[in-house]
Amino acid sequence: MFDPEKLIRKGLPKGHFKDLVVRSLLGGTTYFVVIIAALLFGKILIDGAPVLFKAEAPFVDFEFLTSKNQTLHVFDDAQGTRHQLPASEYSAYLAKHEGVPIHNEQTYSYSGGGIAGPIAGTALLTLGSMILALFFGVSAAIYLSEYAKQSPFIHAVRLAILNLAGIPSIVFGLFGFSVFVLAVPVITATPSDRSLLTLPLFIGDYVMSFQGWNSSLMAGCATLACMILPVIITASEESLRAVPQGFRDASLAMGATRWQTIRKCVLPFSLPGILTSSLLAITRVAGETAPIMFTAAVAAKDDLPWQGLKSPFDVLSSQVQALPYHIYTLAARIPSSEFTQRAQYGSVFVFLLLVATLSLGSMILRAKLRAKLKW
Amino acid sequence: MHDTMHHPPASLQEACTSVAVHDLDFCYGASQALTGINLEIPANSVTAFIGPSGCGKSTLLRCINRMNDEIPAARITRGGIRISGIDIYDPSVDVVKLRRDVGMVFQKSNPFPRSIYENVAFGLRLRGERHKTLIDQAVEGALRASALWDEVKDRLHESALGLSGGQQQRLCIARTIAVKPEVILMDEPCSALDPIATAKVEDLIWDLKNDYTFVIVTHNMQQAARVSDKTAFFYMGELIESSDTSKMFSNPSIKKTEEYISGRFG
Repeated sequence: MFDPEKLIRKGLPKGHFKDLVVRSLLGGTTYFVVIIAALLFGKILIDGAPVLFKAEAPFVDFEFLTSKNQTLHVFDDAQGTRHQLPASEYSAYLAKHEGVPIHNEQTYSYSGGGIAGPIAGTALLTLGSMILALFFGVSAAIYLSEYAKQSPFIHAVRLAILNLAGIPSIVFGLFGFSVFVLAVPVITATPSDRSLLTLPLFIGDYVMSFQGWNSSLMAGCATLACMILPVIITASEESLRAVPQGFRDASLAMGATRWQTIRKCVLPFSLPGILTSSLLAITRVAGETAPIMFTAAVAAKDDLPWQGLKSPFDVLSSQVQALPYHIYTLAARIPSSEFTQRAQYGSVFVFLLLVATLSLGSMILRAKLRAKLKW
Repeated sequence: MHDTMHHPPASLQEACTSVAVHDLDFCYGASQALTGINLEIPANSVTAFIGPSGCGKSTLLRCINRMNDEIPAARITRGGIRISGIDIYDPSVDVVKLRRDVGMVFQKSNPFPRSIYENVAFGLRLRGERHKTLIDQAVEGALRASALWDEVKDRLHESALGLSGGQQQRLCIARTIAVKPEVILMDEPCSALDPIATAKVEDLIWDLKNDYTFVIVTHNMQQAARVSDKTAFFYMGELIESSDTSKMFSNPSIKKTEEYISGRFG
């Protein structure tokens, strides 16, 4: 029979200690992750923020963002005052104080000036690769979701795309190097010696030469686009599928063609999803180092990407600096010292700020568009 | 509601459109959904399809505007359908144009998440109509014909999703009649509506039937009895009986029909 006495517990509940152990273990692992994140961001914030922000108005040191990257010269003048000057100011100083000896001179590569070059390079790489990836990705997603019949072959295609998303980025880098840098065809009158194959075109001296685009902005964009394509395709296809079938039925039953249906009743309503996923893809593209290492990035470059070109199209075939690769260079190629820290932490801080802004932007965009388009 | 009826051109009223289904077999992949259907649907009247779930009535409805073309592996294996004497499954028939003449209203109201005005104007814009006044007139005409004008005239440019379920379904009807089809197919248009909204849709069908040929699939016997001129009873993919509604409900000639109508199965 029911015994109310049994409900009253004596002492601690059964399994109290086990519960406590499990609880603190699970909680502990969670907060461990938080501590790691806090340490990481804290260190970068403390060492990096002073580079970009300053105490007096306008509070932001735009010089770091807008000036070119240079070698830093550190030296004592005759009075024993220590100077830290980037290369351009250093030569101006030498010209001004000609004949005056300087002492204890040290130079630090990449540590002077700002990071305008890497920022511009990353912006161009991101822009180019997103244009390519969105065009191919959204087209493929429309085909898979709206046109392709659900056959075993299409399932295999979808599986292949998903697997592509799991390939490490360094593999994409090597793929891009062997395909876009070394092998894709170009039309030229003067084929290079290492051309894999030359086909005559019978137009003047022009031939189609499979010699690749060299290490260049366009090779980098193409490689990054390949890397991000599976993400874009999968996310876009999901957004397209999330549009209710009723819209398609209604539109088709009104006498719309398939393309009209897609253009007017499916794409507009899946755009929020496509946009937010591509913003997240941008953060990935902007942050990758491995795919651009062999295909586009260069450690040092005196000009900004658009300077010193014969024609505007040359920007596509020239190498660029890029923020993640610049960080790699700063960290791995030069010895760390008090004089290099400004460039090192400053770059990482700016980079994190950029990525955080994009992520935040995509979250806000998603919330706004979801609220606007509901069904 | 009744005085705001919309009048299509005389030529349409005179045209004696009728749908003729002959010897139709229909398969979804390997499973046969319809067997040997023979049915005449008279013009400018309401024909109701009744029968238990899965009996093939919706399949037949979707054959009439070839919406089944969208379903992979679904196909007609024998017989065909003629509308005004034209075999609609003939390879020379443009399915897009066919659907402009044979409109469809779905079970679940599916207005686009756009403004009320844009919903009704959708079909006209598809047709390449750009003249603003013409579109305005057609939208007003369609909304009046579907007895929705007085309820929405002050908020034409607000989202259609702000309407009630019954209003949304009438909006879908307005969207369909805005392009003046000849046949309107309705797949359980009232199954998600309350009795008052259902009565409004039924009134609407009654008002519009002089101008259009209606085919309505329904699970509701009373609705079929109230709204239709002719009723067809389907069971297991076969047409069991079709006749005038009054005869069907008072004196069905086949026992199965009587059992279904009186609610003994299904």
